[in-house]
Amino acid sequence: MEYFLIFVSAIFVNNILLAQFLGICPFLGVSNKLSTATGMSGAVCFVITLATVVTYLLNHYLLVPFGLEFLQTISFILVIAALVQMVEIVLKKISPSLYQALGIFLPLITTNCAVLGVAITVVTKEFAFGGAAPHMLNLGQAVVYAIATSLGYGLAMCLFAGLREHLAGNDVPKAFKGLPIALITVGIMAMAFLGFSGIV
Amino acid sequence: MSKLHFITDGFVKNNPTFVLVLGMCPTLATTTSAMNGLEMGLATMFVLILSNIVISLVAPMVPDKVRIPVYITVIATFVTVLQLLMQAFTPAVYETLGLFIPLIVVNCIVLGRAEGFANKHSVGESALDGIGVGLGFTLSLTVIGIVREILGSGAVFGWKFIQGDGILAFVMAPGAFLVLGYLMVLFNKYLAKK
Repeated sequence: MEYFLIFVSAIFVNNILLAQFLGICPFLGVSNKLSTATGMSGAVCFVITLATVVTYLLNHYLLVPFGLEFLQTISFILVIAALVQMVEIVLKKISPSLYQALGIFLPLITTNCAVLGVAITVVTKEFAFGGAAPHMLNLGQAVVYAIATSLGYGLAMCLFAGLREHLAGNDVPKAFKGLPIALITVGIMAMAFLGFSGIV
Repeated sequence: MSKLHFITDGFVKNNPTFVLVLGMCPTLATTTSAMNGLEMGLATMFVLILSNIVISLVAPMVPDKVRIPVYITVIATFVTVLQLLMQAFTPAVYETLGLFIPLIVVNCIVLGRAEGFANKHSVGESALDGIGVGLGFTLSLTVIGIVREILGSGAVFGWKFIQGDGILAFVMAPGAFLVLGYLMVLFNKYLAKK
């Protein structure tokens, strides 16, 4: 039951883009077309899940036993940067077609704050679901949280790309062109997502 | 006098928020009130100035291929210093800004200035650029914070001048996007007039 609650709340209630404001730069940058938006969401999903597992283990078995928690920020970002590089090399060898689809987005992901954000949240924040006492996530819950969060990222990204494709054909006042109207659209979308806040 | 433009460029011409549109995550997330916006801006400025100075010093020695990892390590070091200082001296502020302090590491403004300015300019100019862009960022965040605080809770810097509740949506997530969007429209209008 708890896994299910983590899943729903991470996708809809605490949507990473619309409620937590993580990963906004690539969200605004590559959401012009639906096809690039799905490519980016796929790459982000992959890297967030992998990075969360690796940083969780690093924190649990190396940083905490030696009392080095203050090194979280610096070690996590280095691990993520190395991981992204490795994923790129492995994908190139194993699945050239997937590399073709995700390749150009991978280097951008190192500086996507959603990845570092989820990695840090999972090891520092206490969660409370369904009346249970607040507690830290175990590895299984962390993985579910990471997958659900990145699905939420993909959902918001693809919905917004669809809206933006329609916006492109409309007559927008000059001062609103480009980002301002996009931001206002996201604002209205975020308002719609607020409606989910009662369900968990 | 001739070097003053390194500072003032950051306010309007190179404004990180409204012109370059960098560092959107903290801009949207921490501007629930004017004070929070100001604090986030100052925290980012601290890292920006120090990382600009160090990167302009080490840039000539770093091989081109590994420069980005080196810059990120320098930035992450200063972010860790900032985290420890804030935990020690301003624990309440550290608590409010939460996740967004460690996330300064991946703020594109800091890496952007390292890559776009500090590695080709002298130490002094890089420091001035850090101050200018940092002030520009702080200013934008404070303005967004002021607007959201007035609409959301009828107050400025915690001083309440409208009785009753504000429009709650402006303190929550949707308000951040709407306020930033409309402020950007005003900024565009102003730039077009000039």
